[in-house]
Amino acid sequence: MSTGITKNTELKNTPSSTDEFIKGLWRENPVFVQVLGMCPVLAVSNTAQNALAMGLATAFVLLMSNILVASLRNFIPKQVRIASFILIIATFVTIVDYAIQAISVDLHKNLGAFISLIVVNCLILSRAEAFASKNNIGKSIMDALGMGLGFVFALFCLGAVRELLGNGTLFNIEVFPGSFQEWIIMILPAGGFFTLALWLLLFNFFKSKKAQV
Amino acid sequence: MSQKKTIPSPIDSSQGSKKMLTAMVGIGVFCALLIVLTYEGTKERIERLKAEALEQAVFKVIPGISKTRIFELDNDGIFIHSDGKDRSKKLVYAGFGDDGSLKGIAIEASGQGYADVIRILYGYNPYTQTVVGMYVLESKETPGLGDKIEKDENFLSNFNALSVALSEDLTRIENKVAPVKQGSKANPWEVDGITGATISSRAIGHIIGESSSIMIPLIYSQLEKFKLD
Repeated sequence: MSTGITKNTELKNTPSSTDEFIKGLWRENPVFVQVLGMCPVLAVSNTAQNALAMGLATAFVLLMSNILVASLRNFIPKQVRIASFILIIATFVTIVDYAIQAISVDLHKNLGAFISLIVVNCLILSRAEAFASKNNIGKSIMDALGMGLGFVFALFCLGAVRELLGNGTLFNIEVFPGSFQEWIIMILPAGGFFTLALWLLLFNFFKSKKAQV
Repeated sequence: MSQKKTIPSPIDSSQGSKKMLTAMVGIGVFCALLIVLTYEGTKERIERLKAEALEQAVFKVIPGISKTRIFELDNDGIFIHSDGKDRSKKLVYAGFGDDGSLKGIAIEASGQGYADVIRILYGYNPYTQTVVGMYVLESKETPGLGDKIEKDENFLSNFNALSVALSEDLTRIENKVAPVKQGSKANPWEVDGITGATISSRAIGHIIGESSSIMIPLIYSQLEKFKLD
């Protein structure tokens, strides 16, 4: 996937910072188009709040690691670049872990082991390797913001649908009347696969329609 | 590292290694510094939030209290005042009413659930010799099924007056708390289970059963030690 993105970037003469931002949000959305980072997407999207928190945590790590990788890109030798990127990513994941604990113990309890697992989210490493290590800080920031917000958007799409159908609520506020029978399967792992499949179907439907036009 | 062998380096190898070492050590030191700064900056708040969450749980499991005090079990089996910082010690939380009288004692206990270890807090009223409340502090039980142990009202009502009465010689619990199938509770020391969350609900029954049979005779024999000052 990452090679496709680099080629795409190279094909255009000089993509503006706004282009870098928009591409992550929609055209190259990390979840719906590139299908990256599926572990947290499926596991922590059982409620809208968890999905948003996870998405923001990942976006923060992506942004900070992109900034650091871009600013150190001439200093890191090629041979140790992956090890250096992982070290940088792991540092920001640890920082996010402490920050979430300091914000809310309950939220930390809900996200559990998935915060630490941001380290192995292929989205972050792929942006560091494919983009930040080859571009300047400004563009890397725009790329990280676009990709990060695209990830937050995708997780929220999943989390909102799963919480609405599985619990009858949105952000813990009751949406459906009391007689609504919750679809418990939607907040179980299987519900994550169903919801993701439906969103991918919708995205591909729009993409094929656009291609026909 | 295999890349190191296959990619021919244009620069002198010792200089290359030096550059790699400098980069890795430099980034390592910088990252370590960032982590230490964040740890130091958030440590106090995290500890305070955790202590607050635990205190709130104590208020939930012992009704009608306004103050709490932490006690720890020392090596001789005696309860003494504690600041609650030493987590390796067995801690209990005494709850007091407005007039300073002891209303109950909250006891932390844990045991294996379906997914992982479940950590709970339960309230003990020594005057009625019953468990008067239970709160799940930590659990990774299946959402929608096993996590009913935290939400199911019918199940939680088990812990409004669960008998943990002591035997005549006050050294052991007369009837150990035990889980039973949903709807078949016949005695005050039985915990009615949840269909669909069998393992998780049975785990809670066993956790309270095991913990109460050790802790409650100890607490009851030293009731006079649980004072506000």
